[in-house]
Amino acid sequence: MLLGKVSLTPALCTALRISPAFSGIQKQIGAAATQNARLYASSQAAEAVLDKQAVGTTTATKAATAKKAQSVESQSFAVNMFKGQINPSQVFPFPSVMNEEQTQFLQELVPPVSKFFEEVNDPAKNDSLEKVEDSTMESLKEMGAFGLQVPQDLGGVGLTNTQYARLVEIVGQHDLGVGITLGAHQSIGFKGILLVGSPAQKAKYLPKLATGETLAAFCLTEPASGSDAASIKTLATLSPCGKHYILNGGKIWISNGGLAEIFTVFAKMPMMDEKTGQMKDKITAFIVERSFGGVTHGPPEKKMGIKASNTAEVYFENVPVPIENVLGEVGGGFKVAMAILNNGRFGMAAALSGTMKGVITQAVDHAANRVQFGSKIHTYGAIQEKLARMTMLQYVTESMAYMISGNMDSGSKDYHIEAAISKIFASEAAWEVTDECIQVMGGMGFMKGSGVERVMRDLRIFRIFEGTNDILRLFVALNGFQDAGKHLKSLQKALKNPLGNAGLLAGEITKRAKRTAGLSTGLTLQGSVHPELSHSGNLAVKAIEHFGVTVEDMLLKHGKNILHEQFVLKRVADSAIDLYAMVVVLSRASRSLSQGHASAQHEKILCETWCIEAYDRIMKNVKDLKSSSTTQVFKNMKAISAAVVENGGIVAPHPLGF
Amino acid sequence: MSPASVFVCLSLTLLSDYPVIRVKPDNSGVVTDGVKHSMNPFCEIAVEEAVKLKEKKFIKEVVAVSCGPTQVTETIRTALAMGCDRGIHVEVSGKDYEAMGPLQIAKIFAALAKKEEASLVILGKQAIDDDCNQTGQMTAALLDWPQGTFASEVTIDGEKVKVVREIDGGLETIKISMPAVLTADLRLNTPRYATLPNIMKAKKKKIANMKPADLGVDMVSRVEVLRVDEPPTRLAGVKVETVDDLVAKLKANGTI
Repeated sequence: MLLGKVSLTPALCTALRISPAFSGIQKQIGAAATQNARLYASSQAAEAVLDKQAVGTTTATKAATAKKAQSVESQSFAVNMFKGQINPSQVFPFPSVMNEEQTQFLQELVPPVSKFFEEVNDPAKNDSLEKVEDSTMESLKEMGAFGLQVPQDLGGVGLTNTQYARLVEIVGQHDLGVGITLGAHQSIGFKGILLVGSPAQKAKYLPKLATGETLAAFCLTEPASGSDAASIKTLATLSPCGKHYILNGGKIWISNGGLAEIFTVFAKMPMMDEKTGQMKDKITAFIVERSFGGVTHGPPEKKMGIKASNTAEVYFENVPVPIENVLGEVGGGFKVAMAILNNGRFGMAAALSGTMKGVITQAVDHAANRVQFGSKIHTYGAIQEKLARMTMLQYVTESMAYMISGNMDSGSKDYHIEAAISKIFASEAAWEVTDECIQVMGGMGFMKGSGVERVMRDLRIFRIFEGTNDILRLFVALNGFQDAGKHLKSLQKALKNPLGNAGLLAGEITKRAKRTAGLSTGLTLQGSVHPELSHSGNLAVKAIEHFGVTVEDMLLKHGKNILHEQFVLKRVADSAIDLYAMVVVLSRASRSLSQGHASAQHEKILCETWCIEAYDRIMKNVKDLKSSSTTQVFKNMKAISAAVVENGGIVAPHPLGF
Repeated sequence: MSPASVFVCLSLTLLSDYPVIRVKPDNSGVVTDGVKHSMNPFCEIAVEEAVKLKEKKFIKEVVAVSCGPTQVTETIRTALAMGCDRGIHVEVSGKDYEAMGPLQIAKIFAALAKKEEASLVILGKQAIDDDCNQTGQMTAALLDWPQGTFASEVTIDGEKVKVVREIDGGLETIKISMPAVLTADLRLNTPRYATLPNIMKAKKKKIANMKPADLGVDMVSRVEVLRVDEPPTRLAGVKVETVDDLVAKLKANGTI
């Protein structure tokens, strides 16, 4: 069933590690994925990925195998690493995308913004008032902080992604509450208009949004639809006159919900599906003005952190939305939502790298001055390890942020996996770093006066919103599996016509034979990585090879059911994150060494240390995924979870018996 | 006749709260490489005052001037972003820059003020890195113009300027005729923050380039710095129990 006329010898089969049963798997993954779309809807996994998938299966069957080999390959490093391949074009050398004018402009913008946040903005006050002080908001508007990426001819500052990243880094360093107020407005609130708005929509709305005269909010989440964003129930129906959509529904936890004038609202609409001839609910994005009438909001939510940011419920009751206010395509709302979230992700990594910089300075200041047991505490190994880990985590996050913003500015459209990785990494790194900062500071860290506890409270939400880290891990893994699966499928097709694809097949056979024999398959980062980092470069290459093999193994073992193997997906994602992190610091440290920076040797140590530990973590994950005891552990965890759920809590009786 | 143009003369100084200023190993000066530089705070106040006067329509044009290496253009741009109309960068670099002192700068500013027919020259009262407090006064003397130094309040009244000066004894109010030189003191105003849109607009404003030689100024310094030392490290204090003990100790170490 695999092949046409060529006989698949057992030897060939083994060499290619393709089980005869593989044939339908790719198609099955696709079908199962469509059925299970809603499971992972909020991560961009769903429609965007599945649409790609649907296209993939139909065209693959039509295209000749030879043509397929020449089809456009993704330039994304992450996509290729899932296939066990290295495409260095987006990661080496470390992107440097600003021309002289952009660099000079940015250098002029940094001091006034820094000065403002150091001298005028009062984060403690904003936190205790549970709002951004009015005078501060006014100054931020005057400063132009609300339209950083709006084009200059529409009243904004017209920054590129890299320039924007540098400025949000400053905001992140000082006040995340203000950061979210600004971010909810421009990074997601009206980003849709920037990305897919019509010229008329842009001209109408952007100027006032850029000056902060009107504020924006992104309205997707509902009480019953968080991660499962495709299940939203807010409804848009076409009015009888055909000139308006009537919007009905309620959204929760909307940042700027109580302040905004302009809302990007996602609602479902029943539409005729061309293929099946049946009515289907599709999501559409709308630009809704509060002035349309029927828009109300609830009181500000009481939160653990980012208290200065307004979070409220927003209700839409028979709101008439002119048909001109559809954002993007009718029925294409899900893709719009995912594009918006995807596009703004790098900003989070940039902001959090600033936050970490700030708390590390505090921790270092304390460690360098506090004397205990007769010595400054930074002389003790326990503290040294903490400071070192904090520094490495910040270095990786910062490197990711600027690599991704650089890739985006260079025109890459293929950065969704890296962006998701950076969000997961940055939010977890920032939490760890701030937690350790409090630890280094001891009791002082716990006191309100130091300001670090506020940062800790502010940070917690970053692992939750804009796609929970758990969902994003599934997204990273599934996206990666899909591409790896396509690669395997193309091999399958090649097998149908081995003579015509002798080269491709021979290459694969040799590669796999070498791997089985434990030899290097020729994958290398030589030429990309600085010679002084070649050992770490080799670790990265080995890790990629093992990772690629593991990905294939998992696909072959689980087939379409990989979708349900979340224990596996999490570990694959964790390895992908560590791998991307290794490569990112190799790139940055290589650049510093090549350019002879004063800090190059220090960065070299950061890079090498990171790579050693990341390699160990990846190899452990790879080993676990092969081991049967880990499979048993997964089964056990499932059973434990089932038991406590059934019991409504802890199952084991009290040690005392009562 | 309403005053046409006001010259604000800026100085680029070492950042005031920079953690560590070190003396060079050869004691010839202070290490400036890698130390963050920015506009002298008193010069910021001077710029603010000039821009305010323009906003109140007392003057037509504010020109920001500074002498120094290329880095100085950033300072001029900040002044442009605060509201100055155009800039003049007098290029001085290398050995000339190291030897440049208030007299050379005053000569340059005086030559420019005359050349461009300025009605007012406003400077910061002193630079926070060298604390000379001489440039304004020397500029006025070279031009033979009246001077209103340590200004904490400036009002233009027809052809004259009323200046409230902060002096050791309190406040002194004087009236001087224009053209005049003013130097800004701390309480004159609170400088505005440059907004991002203004920084963008400032990119289109012109900064003219020239050299001291173009103005016929000789940069040779009459001052030679012999040595720069760090202040002596503060010695530990000693606590005493009674006043008698204190007197005894002071007598013992020869203080009284």
